[in-house]
Amino acid sequence: MFDFFFQLHPVIQGLAKGLAVIMVIFPIAGACSMAERKVAAWIQDRPGPNRAIVPWVAWIPFFGKFLQRLGIFHVMADGGKMLFKEDSLPGHVNKFYFILAPIVAMIPALTTVTAVPFGAYFDSAGKVITLGLAPLDIGMLAVFAVSSLGVYSAILAGWASNSKYPFLGSVRASAQLISYELSMTLAVLPVFLWVNAPGLPGTMSFGRVVEFQSQPGFLGGMWFGFMMPLSAFIFLVALFAETNRQPFDTVESESDLVGSFHTEYGAFKWGLFFVAEYSHMIVGSGVFMLLFGGGWNPLPWVSLATAVDWLGAILPFAHAPLFVGVLSIAIFLGKTLAMIFLFMWVRWTLPRFRYDQVMKIGWQKMLPLSIANLLFYAIAIAVIQK
Amino acid sequence: MAVITVERKPLTFLERTYLPQIVGGLATTFKHLIAPKKTLEYPEQRPAIPPGYRGVPTLVRDPNGREKCVSCQLCEFVCPPKAIRITPGEISADQTDRAHVEKAPQAFDIDMLRCIYCGLCQEVCPEEAIFLQNQYSMSGYTRAEMVNHKDKLYELGGTLPDQHYKWDQKKTAEDHGNAH
Repeated sequence: MFDFFFQLHPVIQGLAKGLAVIMVIFPIAGACSMAERKVAAWIQDRPGPNRAIVPWVAWIPFFGKFLQRLGIFHVMADGGKMLFKEDSLPGHVNKFYFILAPIVAMIPALTTVTAVPFGAYFDSAGKVITLGLAPLDIGMLAVFAVSSLGVYSAILAGWASNSKYPFLGSVRASAQLISYELSMTLAVLPVFLWVNAPGLPGTMSFGRVVEFQSQPGFLGGMWFGFMMPLSAFIFLVALFAETNRQPFDTVESESDLVGSFHTEYGAFKWGLFFVAEYSHMIVGSGVFMLLFGGGWNPLPWVSLATAVDWLGAILPFAHAPLFVGVLSIAIFLGKTLAMIFLFMWVRWTLPRFRYDQVMKIGWQKMLPLSIANLLFYAIAIAVIQK
Repeated sequence: MAVITVERKPLTFLERTYLPQIVGGLATTFKHLIAPKKTLEYPEQRPAIPPGYRGVPTLVRDPNGREKCVSCQLCEFVCPPKAIRITPGEISADQTDRAHVEKAPQAFDIDMLRCIYCGLCQEVCPEEAIFLQNQYSMSGYTRAEMVNHKDKLYELGGTLPDQHYKWDQKKTAEDHGNAH
């Protein structure tokens, strides 16, 4: 059925896959902005945006009303507004870098997606084939390398805005990113120490990490989040800090920095920053789920293969590669969205740390903790794997 | 008064990790996430107006459908922002159902851009003819639209129960030959 696709030129295949992923990421980023508003509203005992509706959807008896209450059409209204409002270019900015910054913001946000696998299926021999844009052997390294580039857009925007608050915001952004990058990387290392077991070829790929979490047995089926809770915790905290989310959003603290590095931006350019922020969140949540949350395995100790075998008893087509692929993507996407909900839930729960607290937590708490964690697991893994 | 020195306890280790507080906070917000919503969806749902509410000032009629205002202009004089303008008028003798009422307003304008909803007009009115009732939402596109004329005021006011039937009493008094 798919021979036609696999006979295409690899470049065209790549383009098609890339477009498909962008077509998923962008609406999710848009829906996340809506979800953010809805979650905020629900937590504050409000119904949230629920008025916009397209007339011909209003004709659908029950479902149309449901969509309206869910605020789906506010996404389109917001997006339409963002596209068509005046895209102002202040007179005092450095125009070239001012325009460059939001573009630079999008590049790492969308590039990291290529290195993140989002599903898997089994070929006729039962071998696991991961689904992803680029099945890189250096997956984690690529994500770390590219995602940190996101701070360049903040620096560029802050500098080019030629205005004090954006500048302060960008300084904070870079300082915060450097502070938490270290503990984030150190927190991930135990996972890869464990995954690169003796006798296996060395790799940094996410595929191997998920494979290790889908083995039979108590320790084999255990997600790394349970095996290395401290790593997972440090990674999660660092993720919050790196995506500039509450309680670490000192970068965007509107009470002291107006709007941080995007103070001078409006309309579509501001929208690009916004989408980039949410793309970072989506990719970050995805990486967290791959490393510590079992990837596309539905439950701890229940791997995708087991789940498909169970489903096979009910559904005749459960073993078809297409079904397994879609199922794994759905599971993974569901987990990623659950993580994004956690991001929002935390945002509407916690107040913002002060900037000195952020630095103190980063350097004096997280970094020693992650080093101790690495040492402990390095010794433990050396003893276990011999 | 004795000064009680309260010992300031140092934070415990768990408190300094923030974690128990964060988990507690998350539990609180989750409770609110699934709790029933507390807001009114305004144009469709209206708030219940408590008794004694001071809304838009209106003129009322007595249960016989007669206008109660006798254009004494007390409200006009008491009105702090000078929102009320009354043009007094006579009542012609051929209106038998309004006999014994000396005067009625020819024009009665309340400028709602000036009105401060203080309720002094209601308080001062000797005829109980002007009431601040339940309407709380006044809007218009022009300044002229925001001036409530007599017709509008009676339309907003409607009829309120009357305890005195002052004019009926005056009529009975005259019928018994002891008019003032």
